[in-house]
Amino acid sequence: MQLTVWTYEGPPHVGAMRIATGMKGMHYVLHAPQGDTYADLLFTMIERRDQRPPVTYTTFQARDLGGDTAELFQSAVRDAYERFRPQAMIVGASCTAELIQDDPGGLSSALNLPIPVIPLELPSYQKKENWGAAETFYRIVRVLAGPSAPAPGASRPERAAGARPSCNLLGPTALGFRHRDDVTEITRLLDRLGVTVNVVAPMGASPADIARLGEADFNIVLYPEIALPAANWLQKTFGQPLVKTTPIGVGATRAFVTEVARIAGIDAAPFLAEESSRLPWYSRSVDSTYLTNKRVFVFGDATHAIAIADLAANELGLKVVGLGTYSREFAREVREAAARHGVEALISDDYLEVEAKIAEQHPELVLGTQMERHIAKRLGVPCAVISAPVHVQDFPARYSPQMGFEGANVLFDTLVHPLMMGLEEHLLHMFKGDFEFKDGIAPSHLRGEGSRQPEPQAETQVERQAESAEAAIVVANDHPAKLSAATVATWTQDAEKELRKIPFFVRGKARRNTELFANENHVAVITVETLYDAKAHFGR
Amino acid sequence: MNAVPPPATLKSAMPADSQLDVLSCTTAAPAAGPAIIQSERGQRAVFCGLTGIVWLHRKIQDAFFLVVGSRTCAHLIQSAAGVMIFAEPRFATAIIDERDLAGIADINDELDRVVNRLIERRPDLKLLFLVGSCPSEVIKIDLSRAALRLSRDLMPNVRVLAYSGSGIETTFTQGEDACLASLVPGLAAETAAAPKSLMVVGALADAVEDQFRRLFADMGIAHVSFLPARHAADMPSIGPNTRYLLAQPFLTDTARALEERGAVRLCAPFPLGAEGTTEWLAAAAAEFGVAPDRFEAVTDAPRQRAERSVARYHERLSTKRIFFFPDSQLEVPMARFLSRELGMQLVEVGTPYLHRQHLAGELAMLPSSTLIVEGQDVDQQLDRCRAAKPDLVVCGLGLANPLEAEGIATKWSIELVFTPVQGYEQAGDLAELFARPFVRKQLLSPMLEDASCS
Ligand code: SF4
Ligand code: SF4
Repeated sequence: MQLTVWTYEGPPHVGAMRIATGMKGMHYVLHAPQGDTYADLLFTMIERRDQRPPVTYTTFQARDLGGDTAELFQSAVRDAYERFRPQAMIVGASCTAELIQDDPGGLSSALNLPIPVIPLELPSYQKKENWGAAETFYRIVRVLAGPSAPAPGASRPERAAGARPSCNLLGPTALGFRHRDDVTEITRLLDRLGVTVNVVAPMGASPADIARLGEADFNIVLYPEIALPAANWLQKTFGQPLVKTTPIGVGATRAFVTEVARIAGIDAAPFLAEESSRLPWYSRSVDSTYLTNKRVFVFGDATHAIAIADLAANELGLKVVGLGTYSREFAREVREAAARHGVEALISDDYLEVEAKIAEQHPELVLGTQMERHIAKRLGVPCAVISAPVHVQDFPARYSPQMGFEGANVLFDTLVHPLMMGLEEHLLHMFKGDFEFKDGIAPSHLRGEGSRQPEPQAETQVERQAESAEAAIVVANDHPAKLSAATVATWTQDAEKELRKIPFFVRGKARRNTELFANENHVAVITVETLYDAKAHFGR
Repeated sequence: MNAVPPPATLKSAMPADSQLDVLSCTTAAPAAGPAIIQSERGQRAVFCGLTGIVWLHRKIQDAFFLVVGSRTCAHLIQSAAGVMIFAEPRFATAIIDERDLAGIADINDELDRVVNRLIERRPDLKLLFLVGSCPSEVIKIDLSRAALRLSRDLMPNVRVLAYSGSGIETTFTQGEDACLASLVPGLAAETAAAPKSLMVVGALADAVEDQFRRLFADMGIAHVSFLPARHAADMPSIGPNTRYLLAQPFLTDTARALEERGAVRLCAPFPLGAEGTTEWLAAAAAEFGVAPDRFEAVTDAPRQRAERSVARYHERLSTKRIFFFPDSQLEVPMARFLSRELGMQLVEVGTPYLHRQHLAGELAMLPSSTLIVEGQDVDQQLDRCRAAKPDLVVCGLGLANPLEAEGIATKWSIELVFTPVQGYEQAGDLAELFARPFVRKQLLSPMLEDASCS
């Protein structure tokens, strides 16, 4: 039994829904009680879909349990087939139905429907949403593409002379973080490079499209969390090589292009000479110097967390002080990435643990999911969302991919805009005493967020939040986060006064550093002297 | 000025001669009146009772709701709460895992461990609800026993109660019913010597509760309490002299539990709209012997205010055709309000469950041959809805955008549950909620309708 306040991932059948809802001509019959229909709103509200997800729930009730829930399931499958006439179906159980063991696969195959019916076994008490999506996609691909597999050992036929190389884009789903725009961006990029996209799957693909996955020369795994098992199977069965580089950031996009070109047997040089992003120049331009070594904490699914951390460090000059993921399946990759940045990876799906770790690191910017957005809001730290779990705002009206060169432009803005502008920050430093620069008034980019909090005990004064991140957590939460300093030195009045001359948004850091310095040097009383000694010691 | 026709039943509900009505509807469910009631079975598109936690944990300020369930349950509450993380919420899920199912871990030990960790983290808690789910029920975890055991260990600091919010037993608002019912056996007992008191039952917004408190005080009803109270220690006491008024139409089990403790229900429509609120207050006034002129004096001004603010929307809403998908069980009182005070036409009133006795007053006030559909088969209902082409559809979040995309205006029913709508001062707000889709449609350029979505 695990105590869970907020979850990063839904149950595995929600992953299956993301596959079915992304596809065309596919229907999902889910043996589940009525409450599980809540999952529809993820798609219709958060993603603003204009159609109901193609899911039929049996919505069995307690009174059905003694009777025949199996018959209920069969009639749901039959009715769904009659009503929706899909090209293929997936069938399975949610957590409750798993316990009553009705065998959706066997029951539906007994109906002899004239379409492929693909049974799913998604162990709800072990696995989660992304795993469920990956497993579902893999099962669908096996069943639908399997019949056109070449004989084992047969080599792939050579591409006809003059034909453009082709690939499949694997992994985008419904409710995916920026999947819609990433697919557009990467399709355009490949087209300019001279590569044709055969099928995008699961998003937008019909069962008939899945059946022709084997026709492409190679596969591009856009989102390994979802596409890797299917792509591995396609590699084994059809001999299609995989491109696994995630094209997020300028460097990674260039590496991606190089890898694609190598596998496709084309020359990337002309393309790379021509295509670019504004990010490199924006990052080199003097205004960006204020970004130097700003402390950033990155958390998300493995793909995005790793890619964004690299981008933050190598392309923006930020300092990664924390890197983590809730995707345990990719713990190894995240640990390797964390090692590159000299930090220890945080592998956890415990929201409270993530919150405590972020507070501990005192980042100046948090790049995370909707969950971290809330944590950051509470700590008074700027934040941008870079990964699922998603909310309405993660489906912006404008075109905003994360991938490719345009994605790099978008990410520059996304990561930099939550921060104060360079000169704004300098002015606040210099004219701290200006009567209009009031403590406790959030800078414009943070305003609004905090003022909406209806929770009475939630600390809304930005000053306090910024002044002591740990204390803010304790106040907001009654959260026994351990204060890092074991013994805290006392401040003289003069030192306190001097401290208050430091702008509120860095004051917390100054206080912490000074106390840390005092502690390490066994100084019991902090004077103005100590304050400046500490400043010299930590100076950046 | 007053566009609302004087409600016909208002007179009969006035204190002077309403005693008979009150009696008749407490003794037996009257024939359902002129409405046509059909029931339907099939796929439902309604939340389960766990959803109630989203508002109940705000209402009872020192209570914590611990769902014993699966990742699905945790995800449901989180999605229904809209990932709107205020502070650390006072609800959580103890997610059952493989080890629990395989019997490797003893479920009761596990539960004790989780609860103790929780209490350590939140020493401010006074009341802990163990909330059952489909999985906990199917594998037969006895949460009532667990609650007794934990209560014994944790009292007097924390009382532990159990109820089920499972989707196999409860829909949406029935979770609140189950929660409140679990509170009733623990209410302090009053003797037959206690003065007659009034208990208002059903979670209301604090502001609404305060308004009602003032109205009852002005009428001279001295002993008034609310269930649930805002704090665990303030839960009302109960006895044979307790008279209770339901503020919500979905409190079947709570009502039964209250009656087992000797309380007597006052029959009334629900306090939605000017008319509903007046009748609801009148039922209490009659029972507590409030003189008619005193009742008039107290309710006259706010009632007129309510009528005026509702009338503002009459022109926009009257003759508009409305179709309800089943959701909160508030559908029947809403339909009554919309048809009588705003002149809307009821195409179909779907409701997940119809308590004929509690809704007797409401049913009698509906226009004749109103179609009420109890239960749901969502695909069939969508077919009927499309064929009927109503002007407005009240439905759950899963259906709203798809219907809008088909050109059918909607109002999400969950908003009706999360917004303070009861009482005189909120009657106008309630009308406005239904008018807003029309206002919006008028504001938006017609060009937007031709442009296809996503
Ligand atoms: S319907 Fe059952 S399993 Fe689903 S969320 Fe509700 S209680 Fe949990
Ligand atoms: S913001 Fe989120 S939770 Fe709030 S109404 Fe929109 S979708 Fe629902």
